[in-house]
Amino acid sequence: MDSEKKLYTVIVHSEHRAGLLSMVTAVFTRRMLSIESINASASSIPGLHKYTMTTITDKETIEIVTAQIRKKIDVVNAQYFTDDEIYQLEIALYKVKTSVIESTPEISGLIRKSGARIVEVNPVYCIVEMHGRSEEISLLYNELRPYECVIQFVRSGRVALTKDNTERTSEFLENHEALRCRRKAESNKN
Amino acid sequence: MEKITGAEALMKALIAEGVDTIFGYPGGTIMPAFDALYDYTDRINHVLVRHEQGAVHAAQGYARTSGRTGVCLVTSGPGATNTITGIADAMMDSTPLVVIAGQVAIGMLGTDAFQEVDLVGITQPITKWSYQIRRAEDVAWAVSRAFYIARSGRPGPVVLDFAKNAQNELTEFAPEQIDFVRSYLAFPEPDPGKLKEAAEIINGAEKPLMLVGQGVELGGAREELISLVEKADIPMGSTLLGLSSVPSSHRLNMGMLGMHGNIAPNVKTNECDVLIAVGMRFDDRVTGALAKYAPQAKIVHLDIDFSEFNKNVKADLCVLGNCKETLRLIGEQVKPARHTEWVESFRPYAEKEMEEVIKEELNPGGEKLRMGEVVRAVSDAAGPEAVLVTDVGQNQMSAARYFRYEYPRSIVTSGGLGTMGFGLPAAIGASFGAPHRPVCVFMGDGGFQMNIQELGTIMEQKAPVKMILLNNNFLGMVRQWQELFCNKRYSFTPMVNPDYLEIAKAYGIPARRVATHSELAGAVAEMIACQGPFLLEACVEEEAHVMPMTPPGGAVDMIMTSKDDK
Ligand SMILES: Cc1ncc(C[n+]2csc(CCOP(=O)(O)OP(=O)(O)O)c2C)c(N)n1
Repeated sequence: MDSEKKLYTVIVHSEHRAGLLSMVTAVFTRRMLSIESINASASSIPGLHKYTMTTITDKETIEIVTAQIRKKIDVVNAQYFTDDEIYQLEIALYKVKTSVIESTPEISGLIRKSGARIVEVNPVYCIVEMHGRSEEISLLYNELRPYECVIQFVRSGRVALTKDNTERTSEFLENHEALRCRRKAESNKN
Repeated sequence: MEKITGAEALMKALIAEGVDTIFGYPGGTIMPAFDALYDYTDRINHVLVRHEQGAVHAAQGYARTSGRTGVCLVTSGPGATNTITGIADAMMDSTPLVVIAGQVAIGMLGTDAFQEVDLVGITQPITKWSYQIRRAEDVAWAVSRAFYIARSGRPGPVVLDFAKNAQNELTEFAPEQIDFVRSYLAFPEPDPGKLKEAAEIINGAEKPLMLVGQGVELGGAREELISLVEKADIPMGSTLLGLSSVPSSHRLNMGMLGMHGNIAPNVKTNECDVLIAVGMRFDDRVTGALAKYAPQAKIVHLDIDFSEFNKNVKADLCVLGNCKETLRLIGEQVKPARHTEWVESFRPYAEKEMEEVIKEELNPGGEKLRMGEVVRAVSDAAGPEAVLVTDVGQNQMSAARYFRYEYPRSIVTSGGLGTMGFGLPAAIGASFGAPHRPVCVFMGDGGFQMNIQELGTIMEQKAPVKMILLNNNFLGMVRQWQELFCNKRYSFTPMVNPDYLEIAKAYGIPARRVATHSELAGAVAEMIACQGPFLLEACVEEEAHVMPMTPPGGAVDMIMTSKDDK
């Protein structure tokens, strides 16, 4: 059903110019859609930045929101995906009390089982690092919580690649450039 | 190469864009630009307004009538914030504007410097593009890009926030000609498959209806539209902003859509089998309740802006492209057809409207003047060349309904934002944008006072604007709703009015008051015969209603023709 709410991942490619991120987030703000996570960094396409954002909404809304983002000048492309259409990854860091880890052997088991690793140890705390899908990161957090051992916890925004065989953004740029050349040739002829 | 200031570079860049008229108001941070302008007044006509909101609406009136990009020049801080309403209005109504505002020097940004305001931040959501010029050497690029973005594709407003240091710094100048922005497909190529499919849907239609929006005007596609609808015999309804896309007198033109539109096209929206919408965006004032909007029809939507597709109304087929191209290409593929019975079936609704609404509005039984008769009298006297400008409210709906349109770009009104105070300054701009056409602006006593200071601009410029004040001593449209939906609880809608003839007199503008049917024609003739500006105050019935009306949230075919119809 179109009105069913779920988590969507919106991937945006834009020129690397001051103010563009706020232009993009303003489209969410207008509908008071909260952004669950956001990651912004240089993309593989020269000069372009890539934002990966997640939000919980329905299909109808995300469709309009992405179109309104894509329409902005200096935004090259914006697309939305459900979780089954992307490979996604998040990084998380957990600061865990060393004393509890030492006194509770199950904790090391949980950490090992989840594929996380301990990257820093001192007498007060250990830093556990993990990367995985969002739900895996939440799972480890929820498993650790009952032991009241997590002092701090942070997770990055989600990054994602599409399962598509092509990069639509590069395609768009190539097609647009080709159209420009064709039109130029036509107007030269006339 | 000789070096010039960024401010002078702005003048040269504007001239390179073909700008000959700008509307503005000086102040601290834009002083270098005004200083440069002082040497360019032989090439650029600067119109000094009396409030920056007036500058933007004037630029809108100029753009809408001329088809060119309107330009404003204002100072930072309050000068810039005063332009916001007009910028938002231009965004909603797809009007090409370039608003150039001063800004504090970049070294002072973020310090709450005197008259610093984050203009880019404020205007990003209501512009096509908002950019800060921080270096004199960027002027040529930024100005050219601004004009390209404003006028191309679906037009809209652009803001240039011009830092004072960049106005003063020296630079070499060579004009730029930007006609490509890689992220922005201004004129998408129509998909041949979709064009063919659209033609097939039209060919299969027995009861087609065409909805015409301002896109047809903006795309200059009148000929293509008319040739398509005539070939396939498709009746049309138009949006408020699309009213002059086709002459009022065209056989297939069934009138205005929407809340106060004509009965026939609204009712037929829910009877047609194929609905072809071109260059319009299914605004809620057009559709009424979406759930009950044309559920029976196959919907084809032609637009240049992909983000309009499926936004409000889900279409069965969306055809992206400039309607000048898409209408022509679809027109080539449609088969000649006749839908005589269908076209005829609009007539009883037109007759019903004539009987129940129009007759009384044009020839009222009572003593008081009605808005409709005043509008029609002015329209007849001003002739087919006339440009209609309106304010917002009952005056707007009456003017839109009873004015007759012949030529393109004949209506200038605030549709999407519904900005009271739009009319007077927009009419000034229209008189510059269409200097050889009579410009008639209809206003209510509320809206006239929202930018009444622009009488000063009219006085100074001797702008030949025919101002018709439809005075009902009420904020009429709100009063109408209060009578219909709030048990006549007239909460803050009665207007205590000044003597408008005295005001006109103070500005040296000839004026006349008219209150009777018998004097109307003479008063209108006097106004039209007058060389320059003229104010005609028509004292109209105070508690009249604009009818027909689709109540807010009602279905498009649920139409009241009198206040007792509820
Ligand atoms: C700036 C602004 N403020 C408020 C409104 C709400 N509004 C819409 S119509 C209207 C009444 C307009 O009254 P008037 O100008 O006297 O015109 P009339 O309807 O009587 O013709 C009002 C207050 C608006 N559209 N714009």
